[in-house]
Amino acid sequence: MVSQIATPLEVRQQQIVDRARRTRQLHRVGKVGLIVAPLAGYFFLWAPIVLLVAFSFNASSSLATWSGFSFQWYQTIFDGAIGSGSPNSFSSRLMLNALGNSVLVALIATLISCVIGTLVALSLARGRYPGKRLLSGLLYAPIIIPDVTQGVSLALFFKVVFDFIHMVSGERPVTGFTTIIIGHVAFNISYVAIVVGARLADMNPRYEEAAADLGAGPWQAFRRVTLPLLMPGIIAGGLLAFTMSLDDFVITFFLSGVGTTTLPLYVYSLLKVSVTPEINAISTVMLIASTAFVGASLWFQGNATKTAA
Amino acid sequence: MSDVKVRLVNVVKEFPSQEKSGQTRAVDGISFDIYDGEFFAMLGPSGCGKTTTLRMIAGFEQPTSGEIILDGVPMQGVPAFQRPVNTVFQDYVLFPHMTVLQNVMFGLQMAKVPQAEARRRAQDALDLVRLPKVAERKPRELSGGQQQRVALARALVNRPSVLLLDEPLGALDLKLRREMQVELKAMQTELGITFVYVTHDQEEALTMADRIAVMAGGHVLQIGTPSAIYETPNSRFVADFIGETNFLEAQLVRRQGAEGIVALDDDTQVRVALPERGISDDQLVTLAIRPERLVIQPYNSAPPLPDGWEEVVGHVGQVQYIGTDMRYYVRIGGHHVRVRAQNATAATAHLIREREVVRLRWQRDNARLLIQ
Ligand SMILES: Nc1ncnc2c1ncn2[C@@H]1O[C@H](COP(=O)(O)OP(=O)(O)OP(=O)(O)O)[C@@H](O)[C@H]1O
Ligand SMILES: [Mg+2]
Repeated sequence: MVSQIATPLEVRQQQIVDRARRTRQLHRVGKVGLIVAPLAGYFFLWAPIVLLVAFSFNASSSLATWSGFSFQWYQTIFDGAIGSGSPNSFSSRLMLNALGNSVLVALIATLISCVIGTLVALSLARGRYPGKRLLSGLLYAPIIIPDVTQGVSLALFFKVVFDFIHMVSGERPVTGFTTIIIGHVAFNISYVAIVVGARLADMNPRYEEAAADLGAGPWQAFRRVTLPLLMPGIIAGGLLAFTMSLDDFVITFFLSGVGTTTLPLYVYSLLKVSVTPEINAISTVMLIASTAFVGASLWFQGNATKTAA
Repeated sequence: MSDVKVRLVNVVKEFPSQEKSGQTRAVDGISFDIYDGEFFAMLGPSGCGKTTTLRMIAGFEQPTSGEIILDGVPMQGVPAFQRPVNTVFQDYVLFPHMTVLQNVMFGLQMAKVPQAEARRRAQDALDLVRLPKVAERKPRELSGGQQQRVALARALVNRPSVLLLDEPLGALDLKLRREMQVELKAMQTELGITFVYVTHDQEEALTMADRIAVMAGGHVLQIGTPSAIYETPNSRFVADFIGETNFLEAQLVRRQGAEGIVALDDDTQVRVALPERGISDDQLVTLAIRPERLVIQPYNSAPPLPDGWEEVVGHVGQVQYIGTDMRYYVRIGGHHVRVRAQNATAATAHLIREREVVRLRWQRDNARLLIQ
């Protein structure tokens, strides 16, 4: 005898089965969302890079078809034969010049911002004054403010300053190394201060007390204990700043002058003529250099936390 | 033991509390003197203000009010690096970027001791703490016990007027801690340096200190030699915190000179010395007796009660055999009294069994009357 009307128990069982099915369906949707979407994300993030690197090893100068593996484009840039194919070409000299400018700007900007950035971090961590939270927040300016905005604002700023100098002295300065370096220092201070600040926050404040306990005055304690313990953080911040400086296009674009073309600006100018395989090779070299610097920076930051806690 | 090395006068330390406006008093008006060459322990439960007190002596914190005087000089406004004290931190705080030798030499270099002499003295200090072979290592390459010794050497090498130690053995395992207790004490006696030693381990304080300050809630409850603290605790807290104590609620029935007759809650009456502080009639009091001062006897076959002894009758609850000792839980009225008896011979161990009726006896001056 089979009852047509479901007993409460059967109703309950049916509910459980239904719910399980719904859950499975949700999981299927979830799986799609959790696998497909990230795959798409990574694809758009990395596929162009992979393509660039791959074609930098392309045997032909075609940017569309693969015709075998070759180091020739690297050969060209390292031989100094960009453009013409013969060594010591005009394009190559321009490139080397741009590279030299980039490294010089990055080095000077990094050194200055390491000093100022470290002092900013120390002041924010140890100082006793109101508004520290706001000041720490303002450090994130280069991450928040669009590069274009910062570039335009700096350009405007220098125009005002130069107008003033012109009015006072009759001479009008022009944009160039100094303005580029000041612009780079402006954003690099933030990177250094943030990285050094993180290290300071991790650092056991007892080290400084121990130094004072053993008779070290404030300066000795800083020089003998705080600074050495901060050094990995300063180096990490400096490497990051160096990379940022080397890679910067937008802000430099607004601040550069005659003869101060940096490598990214140079690559861009090449691109305006035509996309050549040499650009792929130069870009790949820059990618490797940046990765190495950032990797080193992370290594220092990681090591820092291990020793200071 | 005459010159005052460290004097605290009514020292108060307030910290801004979590709630917006309030202040918490970590140290609430403490005063004591520490004498030259003394091993002075500050003992108390977690959060009672021991570290804060030590940090004020070292100069890492400024008292909210009150005065700290070192070697007769008021320390108000004297920064930590100019005070004639050195600290052994609980977590050692060895400089990780320096070798062991550099760590130990640091204080001497700050004092502008010539390099060669500094090196020699640092090496001597490492010998003193029995670590002659690790001078060139980095602190992280040492075991916890070795780091502890380096921290000690780094402080001692400066020949401080006072050495402050904040639970220096807290991170060590029991066996190592015992060894280090003996060594530290020997070193302190030999060098004659005043030690201010913070611990929450009562055994450590009892075995090492010349005098102990028992602290609770930012106050000093009692200061005295280990035996004075153990034998004559002035409050229930001290009696309970130092060693084990049975507390029996009682009521004063009658006075007889310096002694009183008190009634326990099972109506037995016993005689006990009255505390120096006045005690009003029928005030509720507590009778405190240490478990090892109680003698347990079978009800029927006990010898007669000697002169100067007191006795109550109880029922044995649990009996625990712990090798060297027997531990009995005896019910007297509403109280469970712990009794410890040494197993002097194998035969005594099983003399008394559970549920037996027994007599508990104690010598009159081993019981203390505490005012509740
Ligand atoms: N810097 C501070 N800011 C706010 N409150 C503090 C600070 N330092 C200590 N306190 C508070 O003061 C009280 C006493 O702290 P202290 O560290 O002196 O205790 P302690 O006796 O050393 O304890 P423990 O045995 O746990 O080390 C605690 O309630 C603690 O929370
Ligand atoms: Mg503490």
